[in-house]
Amino acid sequence: MEDDAPVIYGLEFQARALTAQTAETDAIRFLVGTQSLKFDNQIHIIDFDDENNIINKNVLLHQAGEIWHIGASPADKAVLTTCYNKTSNSRVVSCAAVWRMPTDWETASHESPDDTAHNPQTLELLCHLDDSAHGNAACVLWEPMGDGKRVISLADNHALLWDLQESSTQATVSSTATLEGKGQLKFNAGKWSPHHNCSQLATANDTVIRGWDLRTMSQIYCIENAHGQLVRDLDFNPNRQYYMASCGDDCKVKFWDVRNVQEPVKTLEEHSHWLVNCKGGGRSEELR
Amino acid sequence: YTPGNTASCQPDACHLFVCRWALEFVMDAEADGLVEVSEDGDPSRRRRVHGMLKLYYGLNEEGKAEEEQESLDPCDINGPHFDPEHYLNKLRRECSLAELMDQETCMVKQIRSLDSDMQTLVYENYNKFISATDTIRKMKNDFKKMEDEMDCLSANMAAITEFSACISGTLQDQHAQITKLSGVHTLLRKLQFLFELPARLNKCLELQAYAQAVNSHRRARCVLRQYSHLPSFKGIQDDCHAIMDKLAQELRQKFRDGGSSAKDLAQCVELLLQLDEPAEELCDKFLSHARSRLESDLQGLEAEIRPYPSAPAVKDFIDRGCNEFVSSLCLVIASYQELFINHAQMANGKLHAFVDDLAARYFSLVERRIQEEKGVGDNSLLVRALDRFHRRLQAVAKLLPGSPVPNKGIEIVIRAATERVKQYLAALQSFYMDSLTDVRQALATPRLSVAGASVAGELLSSLSASILNQIKSVLASVHLFTAKDITFSNKPYFKGEFCSQGVRESLVVNFIKFVCQSSRQFCESAGDKGGSTPPVLLLLLSRLCLDYETSTISYILTLTDEQFLVQHHSPVTPVTTLCEEAREAAQKLLNHYVKVQGLIISQMLRKSVETRDWVNTIEPRNVRAVMKRVVEDTTSIDVQVGLLYEEGVRKAHSSDSSKRTFSVYSSSRQQARYAASYTPSAPMDTNLLSNIHKLFSERIDIFSSVEFNKVSVMTGIIKISLKTFLECVRLRTFGRYGLQQIQVDCHYLQMYLWRFVSDENLVHFLLDEIVCSSAHRCLDPAPMEQSVIEVICERG
Repeated sequence: MEDDAPVIYGLEFQARALTAQTAETDAIRFLVGTQSLKFDNQIHIIDFDDENNIINKNVLLHQAGEIWHIGASPADKAVLTTCYNKTSNSRVVSCAAVWRMPTDWETASHESPDDTAHNPQTLELLCHLDDSAHGNAACVLWEPMGDGKRVISLADNHALLWDLQESSTQATVSSTATLEGKGQLKFNAGKWSPHHNCSQLATANDTVIRGWDLRTMSQIYCIENAHGQLVRDLDFNPNRQYYMASCGDDCKVKFWDVRNVQEPVKTLEEHSHWLVNCKGGGRSEELR
Repeated sequence: YTPGNTASCQPDACHLFVCRWALEFVMDAEADGLVEVSEDGDPSRRRRVHGMLKLYYGLNEEGKAEEEQESLDPCDINGPHFDPEHYLNKLRRECSLAELMDQETCMVKQIRSLDSDMQTLVYENYNKFISATDTIRKMKNDFKKMEDEMDCLSANMAAITEFSACISGTLQDQHAQITKLSGVHTLLRKLQFLFELPARLNKCLELQAYAQAVNSHRRARCVLRQYSHLPSFKGIQDDCHAIMDKLAQELRQKFRDGGSSAKDLAQCVELLLQLDEPAEELCDKFLSHARSRLESDLQGLEAEIRPYPSAPAVKDFIDRGCNEFVSSLCLVIASYQELFINHAQMANGKLHAFVDDLAARYFSLVERRIQEEKGVGDNSLLVRALDRFHRRLQAVAKLLPGSPVPNKGIEIVIRAATERVKQYLAALQSFYMDSLTDVRQALATPRLSVAGASVAGELLSSLSASILNQIKSVLASVHLFTAKDITFSNKPYFKGEFCSQGVRESLVVNFIKFVCQSSRQFCESAGDKGGSTPPVLLLLLSRLCLDYETSTISYILTLTDEQFLVQHHSPVTPVTTLCEEAREAAQKLLNHYVKVQGLIISQMLRKSVETRDWVNTIEPRNVRAVMKRVVEDTTSIDVQVGLLYEEGVRKAHSSDSSKRTFSVYSSSRQQARYAASYTPSAPMDTNLLSNIHKLFSERIDIFSSVEFNKVSVMTGIIKISLKTFLECVRLRTFGRYGLQQIQVDCHYLQMYLWRFVSDENLVHFLLDEIVCSSAHRCLDPAPMEQSVIEVICERG
């Protein structure tokens, strides 16, 4: 792939949410959620054919609102979660929901490729990940390599662990953790660690990174002032269980050993702008 | 001897000898007289007479070369080769008649005078000859008388001889007897001495006059040994032996007691040696005694090594060491060498081992003491102490050539010097850190930020001056090591390596590096851990490093090189490397300062954007307070930076920067963009337009390096702040009034921020982007009238 020309895919709308579909094992597939205040938002399904170095796209409608975060189920390739802003009565509310793609989106696109742009199919709502007490979801995390039954949503200063039941049409909060402290604390980002039997969660709020044990929903470590400014994203190394990367508004990528959080293992200062997203596994990407 | 020379002389044969002698006498006298005469006479005449005399005495060979040359001329009337014919012919040929006449007259005159001279001479000779004859006759009479007297004398002498022989014959017997008697007397005296010897020795022993006893015994020893077969002598010998054994015993006892002084001890050893004690054993004993005494000295010294504050000064310690240990050691060496000079081979080896061992212990004590010396207050004491230490060791070196002791002493001095340099470096470093703490405190004293900034310039100058002073005083202190009156300063180490590696590299260069590094650490640690460093300190340090780069470093190094006359045998860190390092540090600090200040303002902006509900906000009536705060803070930062950095260059301003460009951005371009976004049919156009716009505008590198001037610094800070504002706006959703509030805020910022930056278009561009982005994120994008915005801003 290095030899090939870069493949560029353009969207009509601005987009902030992107995820790889890990349940799909046959193809390299990404899901992108768009942000538009005035038009119906879309989810673009992008297949990358690495043999021919071309991409195929399909568009599904996401009429609920602009998408700020997207997550694909690790078990069912038709299921995904989004965090979106709903605007109603001149109020903007952040919500989270589990969706199912229509079963025939692939066939439909193959039969009439011209139609897709004009008559995209709509996502099927499975359930909302909101309850009256907790609003403003920042992101939804699937249990890595799980069976697609457990998700965590980060809403304001709460981390909610949901159990999805009856083909994901029902969601109940099984346990919660609350961030306590002075002022209005709010989670920016989080990652569910694939190590330790998926019992650990790392979250970021302001300049602090915290680790949580999901069995007791209690804090296990805390990196104060991990970055000079807001921490935007973090991720775990898929191969080395104690290593974590984080990025933020101070344009730095830092690598941490969670057993010793006093000093970062390494700091990169190569970027000249905010880092909004980073991925473990030696690949970090900058989304702007 | 030609009779023609003495015309009237008719000597008779019998008196020839006498005559000749007399004549010679006369001739000599005459020659003397002639010399006197010739002083007022014609020199040529004198020469002629001389020539005749020389002829007589066979002195031809003494003639001068000049005369010989002269004499070759046949026309020279005085020369020996004079040819009258030739002369006459020549005259006749060359001269006129008158001249010939004159010549003739002259010649006649000369001949006449010569004749008269000769007559006088002959006359005088004759007179003298006559008187000589008289004298000789008189002498003849006298001799005869004398002969008679001589005969008489020899007769007398014969009689005397005869008498003398007679007397000798008579006295012969008696003389032999006397000789024999005197021999017996001597022998008897000797025997008496021998018989008295035991008693004498005992008495000596009682009086402890050991030296006398040994002396006496030695004199008698050979005799006693020789005649030991005789019973009486045997007895004496045995007695003496007994006494001497006792004496030796006593000496050994005395030796063992060790209480006696070195001089006594030396005497003991000397006596024992004379008593044929084995030298090697004595060496060992002598040394072991000396060792015990020296060790007590060392113990005394060791007791003086105490924890720093209570211990006596290092100089006193060294003095004591020198006066007690080193001087006794020298004494021991000197007396030892004197005593065992006959056994040099064996004795020297032992002595070397002995000295090395003790010196090693002494050195270890000295080194321990010197290591205790941690206070860097007054270096001269230590240097003088080391000097004393080194000087006194020279005595050992002189006494014991080839001993490694002085070299080890030098090593100690060198180690002490390097240790000192290290301590000075540490002292400098701690001084630097202390000064920084002071500066920090001065900055932290509760004052308004503007007032706090105003002292930054003074703080910087006082900081750099005090550091420079400290460096100078340290250099002066270290310089004592190389002072001319210090004995070890002329060692090659102190001339070369100490100056270049010790002082220049490990002291000065390391300190400068330390300053740079510690400054850099402020950037690395403080930034993430909550920014404990006040930003002003960063700015101040940055200026300090920059000053170092431009002048201070080269000044310090030149100063060092001049003071120490550093000759660089080994490669040293060049000035440029240090300058680069300082510049790097300055740059890093300044960048960090920009970042920190930028972040502080960013934080304010971010909080203000994030915590507000932009959808349900009221119609803007005022500029938000946070914007005023931003402008205020920016102004105070500007003042702060302006105190330490120069203005810098900025692009030319348009005549009315605050308004004209803003109105352009606000009305025409912005409206066009809004229009585009309204039309639902062409959502792509919005992106296209803004993308095309971005293509044509310069890319803004937000966290780029800044230059060393105020404008660049301010530009950096404002860039970071506005970029944060922009990013935050993009994460929010706005209602109509939310957008309008942003418009008002941006206009306000525009009015005040342009003056701080190098290129006002940058501010325009960023603010433009902010308004654009908020319009894009607006549910009901209805912008406010430009005039209303202006009214609101001017009112606020």
